[in-house]
Amino acid sequence: MAEISPLWIYLRASPLLWLTATLAAYLAAVRVQALLGRHPLANPVLIAVAALVLALHLSGTPYQTYFEGAQFVHFMLGPATVALAVPLVIEAARVRKLLLPMVAAVIAGSITAITSAMGVAWLLGASRTTVLSLAPKSVTTPIAMAIAEQTGGLPGLTAVLVILTGITGAVVVTPLMNRLGLRDFAARGFAVGVASHGIGTARAFQVSELAGTFAGLGLALNGLVTSVLAPLLIRWLT
Amino acid sequence: MLHGILVLLASQLAGEAVARGLGLGLPGPVVGLALLAASVALVPALRRAVEPVATALLGHLSLLFIPAAVGVVQVLPQLAGQGTAIAVSILVSTVMALVVTALTFRGVVRLMGDRE
Repeated sequence: MAEISPLWIYLRASPLLWLTATLAAYLAAVRVQALLGRHPLANPVLIAVAALVLALHLSGTPYQTYFEGAQFVHFMLGPATVALAVPLVIEAARVRKLLLPMVAAVIAGSITAITSAMGVAWLLGASRTTVLSLAPKSVTTPIAMAIAEQTGGLPGLTAVLVILTGITGAVVVTPLMNRLGLRDFAARGFAVGVASHGIGTARAFQVSELAGTFAGLGLALNGLVTSVLAPLLIRWLT
Repeated sequence: MLHGILVLLASQLAGEAVARGLGLGLPGPVVGLALLAASVALVPALRRAVEPVATALLGHLSLLFIPAAVGVVQVLPQLAGQGTAIAVSILVSTVMALVVTALTFRGVVRLMGDRE
């Protein structure tokens, strides 16, 4: 094995290895999801992250080294957010017709997300910093981090809570909406975008183009509404 | 395909410039989304350029969250003592937000007299 180890040391530190691993983990996760009949618990983000965390742990690779490779994928989040404009324009007629329900729903959803997250964490004895970091957890990472910074939360902690919220919403939305008997995919998509931002939106696009479009709208509108409401609600509640 | 990528990157760049220049407190890509939607509405030919790239990217949106999500491992030890409070808070609040948002949406649609 003596001649393998310098090669491994080189590869382990190279961006190429972890970029390749990220793509491979994602494609494998999608395959697993398909094999499990698209079961909602088999969320591709969840499966791929579990596999990569295990790989980093076993190879003793720090997250910074991993991210040097994975950042190329991470970078595409910006252009993908911009790309949400395309389904929005395609569905423009329906979107215009449903403007009022969306505005009402995003305000109700934002207030519910902020107050229930803070309330439950406070009741269960979480620290003040944790409670404040939880307040903006339903909105997309950059907005949530900016809100946390402004209101006394920890932006780094908020980033993690945002991701956990996204995965939670993506996993529960389908069984939950089926149980509610709600078959309107505009409403279902919009709700998952509001409650769990981009990861919820990714799930919605897997289900239907219409759900994905409204999820993208929910994500964008909730970013706006929560940046206004979270600081106000935090001032009143704490 | 390159035209589509160019349109997306240029919209994001314009979004970043507007968001920072005007101090909007919104992320550049979200402003870029609004700018691109307005541009496509005004110049329908743009849609043909961006649609294939946009569809490809949005079809694999989950992939793009993986690098950030792997970062969860970095802070997990710090959360140890509050794990239950955080997990219950996220689960309860996410379910409540989903239900309230979806039911409000449907409620207002019904009030507007539209049955679908």
